[in-house]
Amino acid sequence: MVDHPIVETTDIKAAVDALKQKFPDTIQDDTRQGYGGIIVDKNHLVEVAAALRDEYGFDYLSSATAVDYFGISDHMEMVYHAYRTSGGPALVFKAQTSRDNPEIPSLINIWPGVDFQEREAWDLYGIRFPGHPNLKRILLWEGFDGHPMRKDWQEAYYEEDHKPFESRWPDGWVHRAEERNVYGKNVKYPADFDLSKLSDKSEESLYADLGLGVSIQELTDESHIKTDRLVVNMGPHHPSTHGVFRMIVTLNGETIETLEPVMGYLHRNHEKIGERNTFLHNMPFTDRLDYLSSMGNNLGYALAVEQLLANGARYQPPTYRAECIRVLMVELTRIVNHYWAIGFLLNDLGAFFTPALYAIAEREKILDFFEATAGSRMMCNYMRFGGVFKDLPERIRGVASRMNDLVRDYNTMEYLTELINERIPQSIDELDEYLTDSEIIKSRTIGVGYLPPEMAIAYSTAGPLLRASGVPYDVRRADPYSIYPELDFDVAVRYNGDIYDRYLIRLDEMRESVRILKQILPRLERTAGEPIFAGSKQHTPRVPLGEAYGRVENPKGELGFYVVSAGDEKGPQNPWRYHVRAPSFISLTALGPMCIGHKVADVVAILGSIDIVLGETDR
Amino acid sequence: MYGQGILKGLWVTFRHFFNTYVDDIRYAGRKYFRQENFPIRQGLKAQGAFTVQYPEEKLAVPERFRFTPFLVVNDPDHPEAPGEDWCTSCGICAKVCPPQCIWIVRGSDPTTGRPVPQPVAFFIDIDICMNCGFCAEFCPFDAIKMDHNYELASYDRTTHHIHDKQHLSKPLSYWKNIAPTTALEEAVARGGWEHPDVLKAMKKAGQTAVTPTWENMFAKPEPPAKPLPPADAADADPAKAERLRKREEALARKRAAEVGEPVQPAVEAAETPAPAPAVPTGDKPKFDKQAMLEKIRQRKADKG
Ligand code: SF4
Ligand code: SF4
Repeated sequence: MVDHPIVETTDIKAAVDALKQKFPDTIQDDTRQGYGGIIVDKNHLVEVAAALRDEYGFDYLSSATAVDYFGISDHMEMVYHAYRTSGGPALVFKAQTSRDNPEIPSLINIWPGVDFQEREAWDLYGIRFPGHPNLKRILLWEGFDGHPMRKDWQEAYYEEDHKPFESRWPDGWVHRAEERNVYGKNVKYPADFDLSKLSDKSEESLYADLGLGVSIQELTDESHIKTDRLVVNMGPHHPSTHGVFRMIVTLNGETIETLEPVMGYLHRNHEKIGERNTFLHNMPFTDRLDYLSSMGNNLGYALAVEQLLANGARYQPPTYRAECIRVLMVELTRIVNHYWAIGFLLNDLGAFFTPALYAIAEREKILDFFEATAGSRMMCNYMRFGGVFKDLPERIRGVASRMNDLVRDYNTMEYLTELINERIPQSIDELDEYLTDSEIIKSRTIGVGYLPPEMAIAYSTAGPLLRASGVPYDVRRADPYSIYPELDFDVAVRYNGDIYDRYLIRLDEMRESVRILKQILPRLERTAGEPIFAGSKQHTPRVPLGEAYGRVENPKGELGFYVVSAGDEKGPQNPWRYHVRAPSFISLTALGPMCIGHKVADVVAILGSIDIVLGETDR
Repeated sequence: MYGQGILKGLWVTFRHFFNTYVDDIRYAGRKYFRQENFPIRQGLKAQGAFTVQYPEEKLAVPERFRFTPFLVVNDPDHPEAPGEDWCTSCGICAKVCPPQCIWIVRGSDPTTGRPVPQPVAFFIDIDICMNCGFCAEFCPFDAIKMDHNYELASYDRTTHHIHDKQHLSKPLSYWKNIAPTTALEEAVARGGWEHPDVLKAMKKAGQTAVTPTWENMFAKPEPPAKPLPPADAADADPAKAERLRKREEALARKRAAEVGEPVQPAVEAAETPAPAPAVPTGDKPKFDKQAMLEKIRQRKADKG
């Protein structure tokens, strides 16, 4: 891809040293306690980034996010995690700016995948990115007052900076938040906001500031010759958008000319809540991100916090059995998610609900197991720092339930064995038989929504979307965690980069997951009865200062948690920063480019093939 | 041949469709109308339609299923302190609750002003509860547990959805009924079926608690065999003296209760005159499924 020489090393330090030689005065090591990586002078950020990509091979920018160090060192910074698609750990680099006039040059020309992430940083932190062509709010609406992730911003029902709140105990006479702050008085507008804009229903105002690249005025002007160009709003309430997600498309006939995704309808400022929470409190909140794969979310967050805890003295890593159970859970989750993704992709293609229901019927069997083990079918809340909630139960149904449900009373290991060796492989084969050769599906999907590999990398897409474009990048292999290094599986990869390959790769991945699960079963039997925790399970651990980026290969792609522990010298109990690198959100960057030139009906299928979930996109 | 793939797919659909009727014919429609035939439709070998006719039929939930929490109190037929809260208002559940929906008012002694280990009030806002189960997981006294009742919808959230202590309290036997395995595990970890504080007091007094097993799960706790030793007069610590005084009082109440209401022999003991000691497998109590089922059936029948 590049004609420059690539420094052939997976060693990050060598790359950093070479970089320091090239840019002697602009780069410093980040020497804060528990931090790593380098701090780049923001005036040279673009050059350094270009060198990183072109000369040192860091072609994949996983995450870009902001942190506000209000009250600690009173600056803001952008934190970037760059990787090589050939594998290896991250090169973390940061750029700092003042809080009063925060400005950091945009990296959109180096890695177009930062597009949405920079818009998010502008939206939530108020950092401006000169050079970004379309810098506007992304999750909040244009009339929103302030930038909510700033440390000095307080939400409508603000009570205290950190949980647990004083009012709950020992003098906890209950009251509702809305009794104190009655609805209607908690909406603020910026001083110069024109409220009449809210009731202005004209086409122009509706589509103003959306960067559509066409003049609405011209389109609606009666005096001009009528063209067949049309602006169409798809969503936010539409079955094909997988939630509340809106796409504004301009059509020329049936053909898409521009597509602008609009999101944030499900935004709840998850990350702000995460900073009010204690470290443990966040665990069940991660379930609500990608609510189809809560086990995977749990693991990503647990890995991030465990990285921090490992710097302290008292931490003990999870036992081998705990690791086996974790892998068991996340691989089952991958299968669950792909059943769902395939079923609903077929919905989007017009095969209304028959394939989806066949897939869901199988998924239910796995959810039964989750429910018996973790207590909930979807909101599993199963991982803990240094282990998991509890060992597998002896039987799927408890004694009491056996009275009225003889149906699902199984020995857990027998159930799992049958599930993994018989049911799941059979149902994958059935889906394969059912769908793969269908001429209708082929004609709707082959060659549609093509994403070339260079673009897939540049847009920081992840997971099946990236791998269906011929980039064999899988965090489980590229930057391994848990016990994946000792497991035998292949990274599924397909090369055509269209919808059909994205469907096929999900089948491939399910088969690989079954392969992993078959290796996990004997390990589980071998370790039966061994403890889950090497240390003790703590509810409010003190977390040593520092930063950590925990990432896992979630079913939808790379899920990352950037967690900062700062402030309290003794080790804070609440994260200073809690950021989610959501694969659905970032993969959507590629939606527009993939859709251009296709028909309206294809947009729905292309969106379905990315497999997004709005709980994670909007956070 | 073009269309072959479509035909293959249609064949799969047809198989699913056909199997529904095969099953129907096999059970001649019975699989829909009788509770006993529920397993036919829902089992791993089921074919065709899987529909559950909610709310006439319900899937049972597993033991670890968590919905909203409830507070454990002593059974109404407890010999010493019927209906007493297990909660000591230590506040840990309120601290670990992620959405902060637990509100506890700790009791205090009216004369000394010292906190007493009893909640005056306890609220859970079930609209806010995210069913995470942390409160039950981290309560050091096993005093708060996750309920299985998921039908909490009501027409007016403002009056029904803040559960107070009365609403939340459920006897220990309820917990044993909905989650016997877990209840037993917890009791084994505590060292007896009683509240940890009671067990601690018993240990101090040199008494040994009954080892929890499946057999004595529903047996009534026995009153202590010998009285607790008298207070050490040399101890000048007022707090300790206070505690001892309280213990004496409790003991007096206990004795009074003994006189008033003779302890009935446990039902289970009557059923099995010479209960065979449970054979321990490892350090887990042995699970006798048949006996357990019998016991639960018995209890259900007793209730009516
Ligand atoms: S943690 Fe247990 S004992 Fe402590 S206040 Fe909560 S319910 Fe009561
Ligand atoms: S289940 Fe979770 S959210 Fe609900 S009361 Fe307990 S700790 Fe709070």
